Amino acid sequence: MRDKNLPLLLAVTLLASPVHAQQLPDRDHPPELGAPPALDLPPIHRLSLSNGLRVVLVEKHDVPLVQVNLVVGAGSVTDPANGAGLASMTAEMLDEGAGDLGALDLSDEIDFLGASIRTGTGLHNSMVSLHVPLSKLDRALELMSDIALRPTFSPAELDRQRLDRITTLVQWHDEARIIAGQLFNRTLYGRLHPYGMPEFGTEDDLRSMASNDLRRFHESRYVPANSFLIVVGDVTSESVMPKLEAVFGWWTGGAPDRAEVPEVAQVGERRVYLVDKPGAAQSEIRIGRIGVPRLTDDYYPLLVMNTILGGSFASRLNMNLREDKGYSYGARSSFSFRPAAGPFVARAAVQTDVTDSALVEFMNELRRILEPVSDDELTRAKNFVALRFPGRFQTVSGVANQLSELILYDLPDDYFNQYVQRVLAVTREDVQRVAREYIDPERVAIIVVGDRSQVEEKIRALNLGPIEVMSIEQVLGPVPEMAMRN
Amino acid sequence: MKQLIRMLLGAAMATTPLVAQDVEFSVPYVSFVLPNGLNVILHEDHATPTVSVNVWYNVGSAREEPGRTGFAHLFEHIMFEGSAHVPEGAFDEWLEAAGGNNNGSTNSDRTNYWINIPNNALDLALFLESDRMGYLLDVVTPGSVDGQRDVVKNERRQSYENRPYGMAFIELYRNLFAPDHPYSWPTIGSMEDLSAASYEDVTNFFRSYYGPNNASLAIAGDIDPVEVRARVEHWFSDVETGPGVPPLDGPAAYLAGERRVVLEDRVQLPRLYMCWLSPAVLNPGDAELDIVASVLTSGKSSRLYRRLVYEMQIAQDVSAFQASRRLDSFFCIIATARSGHTLAELEAVIDEELDQLRSEPPSEREVQRAVNQYESGFLDNLERIGGFGGKADELNRYYTLTGNPDYFNEDLSRYRAVGPDDIGSVVRRVMNNNSRVVLSIVPEGRTDLVAGAPTS
Repeated sequence: MRDKNLPLLLAVTLLASPVHAQQLPDRDHPPELGAPPALDLPPIHRLSLSNGLRVVLVEKHDVPLVQVNLVVGAGSVTDPANGAGLASMTAEMLDEGAGDLGALDLSDEIDFLGASIRTGTGLHNSMVSLHVPLSKLDRALELMSDIALRPTFSPAELDRQRLDRITTLVQWHDEARIIAGQLFNRTLYGRLHPYGMPEFGTEDDLRSMASNDLRRFHESRYVPANSFLIVVGDVTSESVMPKLEAVFGWWTGGAPDRAEVPEVAQVGERRVYLVDKPGAAQSEIRIGRIGVPRLTDDYYPLLVMNTILGGSFASRLNMNLREDKGYSYGARSSFSFRPAAGPFVARAAVQTDVTDSALVEFMNELRRILEPVSDDELTRAKNFVALRFPGRFQTVSGVANQLSELILYDLPDDYFNQYVQRVLAVTREDVQRVAREYIDPERVAIIVVGDRSQVEEKIRALNLGPIEVMSIEQVLGPVPEMAMRN
Repeated sequence: MKQLIRMLLGAAMATTPLVAQDVEFSVPYVSFVLPNGLNVILHEDHATPTVSVNVWYNVGSAREEPGRTGFAHLFEHIMFEGSAHVPEGAFDEWLEAAGGNNNGSTNSDRTNYWINIPNNALDLALFLESDRMGYLLDVVTPGSVDGQRDVVKNERRQSYENRPYGMAFIELYRNLFAPDHPYSWPTIGSMEDLSAASYEDVTNFFRSYYGPNNASLAIAGDIDPVEVRARVEHWFSDVETGPGVPPLDGPAAYLAGERRVVLEDRVQLPRLYMCWLSPAVLNPGDAELDIVASVLTSGKSSRLYRRLVYEMQIAQDVSAFQASRRLDSFFCIIATARSGHTLAELEAVIDEELDQLRSEPPSEREVQRAVNQYESGFLDNLERIGGFGGKADELNRYYTLTGNPDYFNEDLSRYRAVGPDDIGSVVRRVMNNNSRVVLSIVPEGRTDLVAGAPTS
């Protein structure tokens, strides 16, 4: 190995003309790669507190940081029909006053610790996450526990958040991306389905929401039987479990009913929904249909198939719309994996005058993925999905996210170690099979948010299906009147 | 890399409850320079079996010629389109096939590129980086320039023209800096200039600025520095050195008087931008202004957030930042008015709070809170080897700015040294009412909402 001769080589390099002294590198072929590294994860400790609250812990001692995520089975899927935004507003309000502290003092103290405590909601869960330097863990855990378990839900703070959210609804009218996303979900699932209704809330529902609604939701759904803690960082179970017990061990409450997500019919005959946004320099395009639940047996073939279609920079959609045609800054596709079937979507923002040509290329790619893929593409996509996997375990928050998936979907402990192998086992036939099962270019919803006067005629000429022309107000509702304050 | 965070025994800094107050931040490295002038920095971090390869070219949009704005960034795009031994499209395909990802970015002062890969693919990353550093022009054609011209124009549409308030900074640069100052135009460039960029511009630009002597290569991650040094020498030694590059230069920036600018946009709510010219990156006042930004708008208990959003509830959001750059920086406060409120109302409150800071220093706790947040941010940076702001990128940034890649602790010390009196003094010195730009972006037809009529 020439590496062993390094000192000598260096001496030569420094004394002589470098290019002549060294053997020129072989640039005619990309270098051969050795075997990819194995994923070597520290053990996953599954523990629990005296009240039964599950704790999943992974030690990570690289940097003196700790990540603690409390995941609660309380998501927007249980929002009542006339209470859109209830779960999300509950999470938003957790840190607007908690324990003995008001909103401002609480924020001041967290910032002073150099910590960050975030609250948030998804469709199926809410989360309070703490990211903190090890030296400030004790006090930060107390504050985190107050935020998660002892929120004040003061009416004055709720009024502030209500005004904030309704103002955000006003601003949505400017955002083509949000208009497209809202309409896409509603078109696939319907306005009353939990995956179709706006998690953020509607103006009417936000206006009628009361502190007691949040309190009731919190009491019934934020319970230990419904929750788990993920701990990753510069701690050991011996050092951290007593601290967790002290702040979360007293928490009680029985498990509520599981949230059911109703079955919903797949997208039928292809249809175009054109939302007029006068003067838009680009059109936001969303094309898709309902996908498949996370625990499908087709999970790994779907990851690989989507990578080829639109899951990476070198994917077909991006190469076609961005690199070949120059229509867009980027085009992608994705499956949203959830407990029930989430959407599949292909998307891009394209320049207005080529909106129709871009739609043609989208449809071409959705048809082409139904045909066998090349061996090159298959290998590249499998490696892209499999070999990048270890990179997700670099930060304490990254490891915590991976562990959350493990618990949420009740995956086996060897899931991480099996992942690479499972991906690499996907075949060309698998890819074609799942493409044909889940992607049907004749049965998709097509959303275009753009300047109608520039794009409508040319889209009609494509004969993609019936076209429904809509205003932004028909998607988002009228711009909220902001007379109300407090 | 726990050993990197050395305890400073006996240091006399234990009076306030700082985050990790007794800890010195350090990212150990080895560095060397190839005979062709390429600076190389190597850092070991074995937390995951991955490596990041990061290259900084000491050129950004501030080197552009008039009539060719946006060119440095357009050129960055062309760097991904293949080189003599890498066919078009192969750069990304080969990296993806190895489980890698990559990106690049351009600002006024520099252009950076990174590749994150599993440790077995380091040779591939070095091959790709060295090939485009040495042999890019062998394959660039007028056609490949045209292709990326379209992509970049769509980037401009997506990130500026079609984004609410997206034209704000283009307008601010034009008003903060005189036309002959290289920060007066945006890195994205104008559509007109992007159309005018030619194949000859590409070759000239590459020859002038993309030589190894104007670049720095940082490699961080799961590496053996002795082996990697040999691999770097193997791949980069045949890259020919370029002409010398003079230091970045520009006329002195100054604002004679207050400028008021009004822009109408397709937005629902009006937004106010107040900006001042400020000290260059790492110069006295630069870290102080980061702390000022925190004291004003970071967290609910910050001064402007508390007043405008929490108490008066007349703003939807407020933020402030020091945009640190090499020649001159600028400091901005940005706030969005809620329905029924004007930008003049917001401006009055902001002015009042700035006056307060000018006349009376903030509390110890406010300053310490901001310093603690910065310190905690330094810890976060140590977790990632790659990507934008990861350790490889930071090593190159510090090297490019100071000549010392491991400038982490010196940088943090700037923040630790800031006291309440420094805040008042920097606000008095920099944030002068008579030399600032006040931009109002209002909904079309709603000039009644502006903060003051435009100055001509």
